[in-house]
Amino acid sequence: MALRTLLHLAALLALPPLLLGIVNRTKAVFAGRVGPPLVQPYLDLAKLLRKGAVYSRTTTWVFRAGPVIGLAAVAAAGLLLAMGGAPAALSFGGDFVLFAYLLGLARFFTALAALDTGSPFEGMGAAREVTFASLAEPALFLCLLVLARATGTISLSGMLGAALPAAWGSAGPALLLAAIALFVIALAENARIPVDDPNTHLELTMIHEVMVLDHGGPDLAFILYGASLKLFLFGAILSRLVFRGGGALAAEGLFFLGVLVFAVGVGVVESVMARLRMVRVPQLLVGASVLAVFALVLLLR
Amino acid sequence: MTLAPLLAGAVALPAASGLAGALVRGRPAAAQRLACAALCAGAALGVAAAGAVLLGADGGAGPGLRLDALSAMFLVPICLVAAAGAVYGLAYFPQATLGSKAVRVQIFYGLALAGMVLLVSAADAITFLVGWEVMALSGFFLVHTDHEKREAQQAAFVYLASTHVGTLALFGMFALLRQAAGSYAFAAMAGVAGGGRLGALVFALALLGFGLKAGLMPLHFWLPGAHAAAPTHVSALMSGVLIKTGIYGLLRVTGLFDAPPASWGWTLLAVGGVSAVLGVAFALAQHDLKRLLAYHSVENIGIIAMGVGLGLLGRAQGDAALVLLGLGGAALHVLNHALFKSLLFLGAGAVHHATGTRELDLLGGLARPMRRTALLFLVGAAAISGLPPLNGFVSEWLVYLGLLDGLRRPSGDLLAFAALGAPVLALVGGLAAACFAKVVGVAFLGAPRSDAARRAHEAPRAMLAPMAALAAACAAIGLLPAALVSPLAGAAGAWARLRPALLAPAAERAASGALRVSAIAAALLALAAGLVLLRRRLARGRQEEAAETWGCGFAAPTARIQYTGSSFAELLLARFSWVVRPHGERPRLEGPFPARAAFRTHVPDAVLDLALVPAARGIRWLATGARLVNLRRIHFQALLVLATLVAMLAWGFLT
Repeated sequence: MALRTLLHLAALLALPPLLLGIVNRTKAVFAGRVGPPLVQPYLDLAKLLRKGAVYSRTTTWVFRAGPVIGLAAVAAAGLLLAMGGAPAALSFGGDFVLFAYLLGLARFFTALAALDTGSPFEGMGAAREVTFASLAEPALFLCLLVLARATGTISLSGMLGAALPAAWGSAGPALLLAAIALFVIALAENARIPVDDPNTHLELTMIHEVMVLDHGGPDLAFILYGASLKLFLFGAILSRLVFRGGGALAAEGLFFLGVLVFAVGVGVVESVMARLRMVRVPQLLVGASVLAVFALVLLLR
Repeated sequence: MTLAPLLAGAVALPAASGLAGALVRGRPAAAQRLACAALCAGAALGVAAAGAVLLGADGGAGPGLRLDALSAMFLVPICLVAAAGAVYGLAYFPQATLGSKAVRVQIFYGLALAGMVLLVSAADAITFLVGWEVMALSGFFLVHTDHEKREAQQAAFVYLASTHVGTLALFGMFALLRQAAGSYAFAAMAGVAGGGRLGALVFALALLGFGLKAGLMPLHFWLPGAHAAAPTHVSALMSGVLIKTGIYGLLRVTGLFDAPPASWGWTLLAVGGVSAVLGVAFALAQHDLKRLLAYHSVENIGIIAMGVGLGLLGRAQGDAALVLLGLGGAALHVLNHALFKSLLFLGAGAVHHATGTRELDLLGGLARPMRRTALLFLVGAAAISGLPPLNGFVSEWLVYLGLLDGLRRPSGDLLAFAALGAPVLALVGGLAAACFAKVVGVAFLGAPRSDAARRAHEAPRAMLAPMAALAAACAAIGLLPAALVSPLAGAAGAWARLRPALLAPAAERAASGALRVSAIAAALLALAAGLVLLRRRLARGRQEEAAETWGCGFAAPTARIQYTGSSFAELLLARFSWVVRPHGERPRLEGPFPARAAFRTHVPDAVLDLALVPAARGIRWLATGARLVNLRRIHFQALLVLATLVAMLAWGFLT
């Protein structure tokens, strides 16, 4: 059991950049390009870790602390997440609150690091990030409440654990709605299209990317790795929710297949959609909340 | 050992402490230190008494005084915050330079503390009301400190009017209870039935009287002005603990009833949710640092009220676990909010001390000259946003657990809908984090926006030390929350009059969860430390350059192109335009070389500025009109008084 958890933690540390590679490859296939190799994100990280850095004279220790705390918080949140067929390294009633707030901690310090540069663009990015995040937060909680009600537990491991297959039988429509809402939230939280465009070149239209304009070297490596880790966490939740398997080995295989499908799905969405106008983003997030409220009311009535 | 001497000292020493400033002539600095020492000694006695009760000592302390676990949970933050504020006042409000004004502040600061200690340890309604009024009136004089300023006069008057309305409601409430119980002693009142007209009337009056003091929306209107006008360490005392006496009163009175109806719990849950969301929305709109913090008190009181509401629902349903989680979350949030809010106010005072302004949009870059203040303020900001591994997370987590408790209910049970409070709390958490990203980012980070910010200096040690102590307490509770579960269970038991054995299973579950929160917090710190070491290793021997912030090709940046607090919050405030309505002047810029223009906004309070002031104007207009018509002569007025008296007598006879 302990060995399995350790293997999962190792996968949690090793696999996330691959997810970015898969997203990029999917987009390349859609565009008819060959695209960068799947391991390109690892190469990028290795390159950044070898580099020096340039720091703005305006910045203080907060700017340097941002990437460190951002990555540490997301990684700590990973300890709470169940992967494969096994429960999480740590699990307790209400642990999903800690999970969400750890992601909030990462966001808080990323926004502070952005404001530390004194750049108007980064201030703009930070303002957008906290605005959309505070709308995504209730939606995320609503989705998790649906899972909690359907499975009768309030820990992440329980919600995504053994009770889930039976819950799909008794509360299938509600879980389906929650899964759709969760996918939208995953796109918003991870700064993907249709909320944010990770490849944009116009600072005025960026959200997440513009916050990290001034970071370079190992700091930027921490940020990129943390972002891929966060994408992996959401992929893992959705995979456990949707892909259920029988035996231990089948469960493992299905789980990683599910994460792969999630990454391909993100890539497909990015290929077939344009980024929404900034004023439309709150509507999308409120829409996801309404979907989840609907699912919850179905279960509570 | 009886607690009587401890409590007597905790009341008498602070009450008398301010006199030192008046009596010791010629050596103002020594006099102030003496006053501070007396107040701290009194506070230490109070903490000792509370600690003894929490460890199981009998709480009886002579006639009229009695501590139980519930009052002890309030007594601890009251004493801690008051002591921290008094030490801070040595440097922030020095008697040596401010003279009699500082003496006055010390006198009423000590009296306010004495009043609070008295009211939380009162065993009967009379003692309670005495403490209440001493505290409330001292609060008036403290708000009125800068009496030459119009802002302080107005704030003090609004405060006085609202606190008197509240006291009137409390007189009525205690009179009703006395009629039912035959005595003013709380022990005799205990066990009143909650249902029926008496219960409803008492609850409504308690909600008005205590809600006004606590600052529940829409009774919060006195709070932003008063907190902004008072000297900062007084604001810390008022926002940190004085408003909590409203929560204490609400708990004390609802605790008297057997089986309070579920409607009370739902009312508090709803009022708390509204307070929390609108409090933080109004906070986002503020650009005065202290007014912003004051609105955050409204938000946090809302979270506390949600916890109390859950506890009441738990009692109505006979669900011991819900009582523990709701009341435990509320009581812990009372303590936590006292710690981080006073820390933030003291930090705001340090900023004001260093720059002479509280206007966020004139600050910036203070983390350079004020390294320590910035770090401590950041700890408070993360704590109030409910971010782990600090204390704010733990109490919000308990309230979340209480809200989620409803999910265990079968289909069709109304209580299951309490779970809908969880996304509300999540929204509040997100907005609070956004607001404090704004405060920290605009005030402490970036480049200075004015000369005042450029000339800022670090706060003196007497101001930093109490802030450091408060920040350490925030971190300690956040890292080891399990230690507090048993006192919280004690407070819940004392409030709901439940046997400890009934609460034990829920307490055990909460404690085991809290231990795992600690484990994650430790993992978080270890990961962060590891990354810092890795970063340091990587940086060794590498080239590290300093340059200007990259302005995306912008050639001549100035500090004024930075995002301000107002621009940072604008996108979020657009979501709240139905209640937060900024007034302002928006200049029109025309032509290729527009003339110099100014832009300013101001957010009126929805209740005070948009409802109460117009209503008061209307009443004055009516009264003026009535006087002019026929009431010029005094004998006619006397006749009216007589006629009213006769009419009332007749009514008395007829009914």
